[in-house]
Amino acid sequence: MTTGYQESFARFSAHQAAAAPAHVSELRRKGIERFAALGFPTTRNEDWHFTSVSPIAEHDFTMLVEASGDVRKTHIEQYLFCPNDWYALVFVNGRFAPELSTIAELPAGVTVMPLAKAYVDAPELVSRIGTQVDAETQAFSALNSAFMLDGSVVHIEKDVELTRPIHLVYVTDPHAAKGMTHPRNLIVSDANSRATVIESYVSVGSATYFTNAVTEVSVAQGATLHHYKIQRESARAFHVGTIQVEQARDSHYFSFSFATGAQLSRTNVYTLLAGEGCGATLNGLYMLDDAQHGDHQTLIVHREPNCYSRELYKGVLDAQSHGVFNGKVYVHPEAQKTDGKQTNKVLLLSERAQIDAKPQLEIFADDVKCTHGATVGQLDQVSLFYMKSRGVGNELARRLLTYAFAADVIETLEQPSVRDELEAITLARFNVAELPAGELAGAETVGA
Amino acid sequence: MLKIDNLRANAGDKEILKGLSLNVNAGEVHAVMGPNGSGKSTLAQVLAGNPAYEVTSGSVTYNGQDLLELDAEVRAQQGVFLAFQYPVEIPGVSNAYFLRMAYNEIRKARGEEEVDPMEFADLMDEKLNFVEMDSAMLTRSVNTGFSGGEKKRNEILQMALLEPKLAILDETDSGLDIDALRIVADGVNKLKRPDNATIVVTHYQRLLNYIVPDFVHVLANGRIVKSGGKELALELEAKGYDWVTGAGAAA
Ligand SMILES: Nc1ncnc2c1ncn2[C@@H]1O[C@H](COP(=O)(O)OP(=O)(O)O)[C@@H](O)[C@H]1O
Ligand SMILES: [Mg+2]
Repeated sequence: MTTGYQESFARFSAHQAAAAPAHVSELRRKGIERFAALGFPTTRNEDWHFTSVSPIAEHDFTMLVEASGDVRKTHIEQYLFCPNDWYALVFVNGRFAPELSTIAELPAGVTVMPLAKAYVDAPELVSRIGTQVDAETQAFSALNSAFMLDGSVVHIEKDVELTRPIHLVYVTDPHAAKGMTHPRNLIVSDANSRATVIESYVSVGSATYFTNAVTEVSVAQGATLHHYKIQRESARAFHVGTIQVEQARDSHYFSFSFATGAQLSRTNVYTLLAGEGCGATLNGLYMLDDAQHGDHQTLIVHREPNCYSRELYKGVLDAQSHGVFNGKVYVHPEAQKTDGKQTNKVLLLSERAQIDAKPQLEIFADDVKCTHGATVGQLDQVSLFYMKSRGVGNELARRLLTYAFAADVIETLEQPSVRDELEAITLARFNVAELPAGELAGAETVGA
Repeated sequence: MLKIDNLRANAGDKEILKGLSLNVNAGEVHAVMGPNGSGKSTLAQVLAGNPAYEVTSGSVTYNGQDLLELDAEVRAQQGVFLAFQYPVEIPGVSNAYFLRMAYNEIRKARGEEEVDPMEFADLMDEKLNFVEMDSAMLTRSVNTGFSGGEKKRNEILQMALLEPKLAILDETDSGLDIDALRIVADGVNKLKRPDNATIVVTHYQRLLNYIVPDFVHVLANGRIVKSGGKELALELEAKGYDWVTGAGAAA
């Protein structure tokens, strides 16, 4: 099953475009070694119990090394959110596309550059790659390390407050058909810095391809990082993305995962609260249709005392889609006074839609406050009747209630431009008319 | 306007309405009174078209057509309005958005043009004044986190906006302080016109000091057991429901 990948790796390593410093070559070598030993996970693996990746394993994806594609700015405008305001690093079929990117006016103390450039220009940062993610036991992370080629390197220096978001955009087009990319990202937030980084995985066209991304994040003492991932791959795509975060004392990390694309997707968000007084908020919204399969796994490790974690995930599942949510919270014996709250809510719009949800609290400290709640249900009949009794037809009432369910978690986004965009996407998805200013739902519903 | 004939309806497996008949003409105010559990809300919900209740026999004619044939939204579009005993919370949908949507859906169904948010805001100002409500209530999610009184007032706001032909108020007075009660009653009285009708469902006589009914009916054990003029409400208040429900049980 992995021989194809080993052969592909031999070709990849010999490719001149893949030239990289020794540190990276070593990570690649170890990556393919571990992947060959591990193979693709099976459903016997506890972490993959509800998600079979055999459709990925059965495809013979080829590594996309050379720059390819025919993507113009007009094709991707809708995915760029605020093209005139945000810094954007755009990649097409896995390779950096300078003509689509806007990083010219970065302020002092902020580095945003494609990984392939960082191999030469930022060896210090590159040396930090591979220090957080577990490429030993996680097959997809090992595979990403093996084929590490391009990606994004973001560095926010000490005390820098960046107000404009940094957008890392991974676009595929029909040239990516049968191909795979392994974007590798590194985000380093130094002490007391503030920034917002958004990763988007989007597609022009409907090719079948495989994206396998890894993002390593470190949030230093007192720093705040808002980090959003938006997965809108093509409906035929396969997507696996792993985010591994390490947080130092008094840091704050806000994660949001928005997933609507791919035939099969898996997003991992893992954070280690490695200093006292820090906090993580991991929220997400997945909306699936047809026969899509979408899986989220989150892991929050409380290693030190006096930290908080908050988690709100919502899923909207239509047709015969299949959602999976596995939220693990691990509290070490030293992590006293941990305050953790996890909520997972799923709305099933069809009788054939399916959800497998598994909250897991593993608590080894005695003085902690940890709760989790989960609900799975259909649209509330009483609310539907109430709306109908005011003259609103069944179809519109259903769409509006569905939107309201989803919007509740979007409201938690602090960055207004991201919130507005995700709201607009969700409104369009459920065909609900735009809400004029002043008619937005009150914020008091957050977390309901 | 409304003719209910020998109506029987179930909630779950249980028969609640057991052959209820009632006629309401345009311009009239009817009070339906009765002890808790007698089926008042069931009647109100059945008239509004709640599919959770099953009509097993009898008929309801509204302006010459079979009301029971119509979906709830069509009834609303044709002028039926129910002020709920327990208004429903809809987190994530703002009051303003909901009200404008309802207003426009009803207009569309009647072949009238939709109003834009600006026009609607002006209209809402007027209606808010009418029920003495603060405009801050508009940006909050529908009924979410509202006090009991705010919820009831919000029902009357919706009624004022939608200008129904047949309004059914289900225990709108319960849980209201005297000021709120007066506002609600004023609202109902001001909306009264020769071409519309109101059914006021209540457990207590108190509201009827403010909304003076043309007819009072006593509902007991799923049927109207006694009907009369406004003085019947006072008599009930004085003598208690046992006075009539005893008669109902014997019938
Ligand atoms: N959905 C339901 N399922 C089963 N029983 C119900 C339901 N709704 C109401 N009932 C019962 O029907 C009876 C009448 O209720 P209701 O119409 O609410 O009375 P009222 O409004 O006069 O107090 C009560 O005994 C109540 O428990
Ligand atoms: Mg009642």
